[in-house]
Amino acid sequence: MRLKIWGCRGSLPTPGAETVRYGGNTSCVEVTLDDGAVLVLDAGTGIRELGAELVQRGVQHVTLLLTHLHLDHLEGLRFFGPLWDDGVSVDIWGPSSPVSSLRDRISRSFSPPLFPLDLRDVPAGVTFHDVPRKPWRLGDATVSASLVVHPGSTVGYRIETSGASLAYLPDHEPALVGGVAGKTLDWISGGAIAEGVDLLLHDAQYSEDEYPQYIGWGHSSVADAIAYADAVGARRLVLFHHEPLHDDALLDRLEARARELDRRNGDAPTLAREGMVLELP
Amino acid sequence: MAAVRPKHLVLILAREFAENLATPTLITDERGVLVFYNEAADEIFGQSFGEAGESPLEEWATQYSPRSLEGDQALPLDRRPTGIALIERQPAHERFRITGLDGVVREVEVTAFPLFAHEDELVGTVTIFWRA
Repeated sequence: MRLKIWGCRGSLPTPGAETVRYGGNTSCVEVTLDDGAVLVLDAGTGIRELGAELVQRGVQHVTLLLTHLHLDHLEGLRFFGPLWDDGVSVDIWGPSSPVSSLRDRISRSFSPPLFPLDLRDVPAGVTFHDVPRKPWRLGDATVSASLVVHPGSTVGYRIETSGASLAYLPDHEPALVGGVAGKTLDWISGGAIAEGVDLLLHDAQYSEDEYPQYIGWGHSSVADAIAYADAVGARRLVLFHHEPLHDDALLDRLEARARELDRRNGDAPTLAREGMVLELP
Repeated sequence: MAAVRPKHLVLILAREFAENLATPTLITDERGVLVFYNEAADEIFGQSFGEAGESPLEEWATQYSPRSLEGDQALPLDRRPTGIALIERQPAHERFRITGLDGVVREVEVTAFPLFAHEDELVGTVTIFWRA
């Protein structure tokens, strides 16, 4: 399994000289399975460049897994090259809603006044799927989705092959339900999908000082992300969903702080960077 | 040893809600397993949840001998609010009598309602004990 991070900024794209090292595109991660199948995690603005590359590679089928439909995880979809190719098929998975289908909810962003074209104008063959309640197979991977603590209906994903496992929880505030201290894994939000993974990509939007101002916004502090990784037994932690107000210098300091707080045996935590490639055994 | 079953997010949120309530509150999963009650409920049950632990509701409730106010008849699960919430998937309210572990007979007034994550997905119940 190979991952490439195309966007790891939270909330709002932040281009500019101050964010050039960590990047300004919002959430998007490419996962290439051992059989060559491509899974795309979220459709933030990072998906635009990924789409251009997939078109160049001649990819005919793409699977997109959406954690939720907040704009920073969806706004790139309209500019995703493969959608505008009638020779491509795209399967889009996302959390269900009791009131409207995934297609109807996504189509809002594909319609005036937000966008000049309608979803029905998209030439690619697009199929929408509510994530199942039980694990399902995508290529040679088993994928699980679980609702996690974040405003609105939001899932985290676990992707597991015979040799590697990944958990993706880009927007997650376990501290809102009492954190992880003293809890058994079954009572931890997303615990089942993150348990013992080789790699955990987890929300770490805020510093410890900032978090109290943003309780309930759905995101974690670096310290909470470290505690979460420890509680679920993740072997490697990559901190994700960087606060738009954080420039590269501040993110460097947060990475140093993460390493200071980390008590796990194994790889030191790192902050996600646009263009970062992660190979899992 | 059986693997621990992860709790649905709705139950995790319900527990956090209950932990911060002064009203005695009990939570089951969709199978009818008691998964939590809060500190406010300790007084009614005569022990903390930490002491009680997770167990099938009916097995756990037997020790409190729930009985009707009229006729003093044993009340089976399907006639108690939590059982109605689980079996009929409807909210229910009832007054009945229990005997605490301390031997004291108490009248309790109980409201229970089912928790649905989706229209067709029952994930558990919440039961509230009102102070008489």
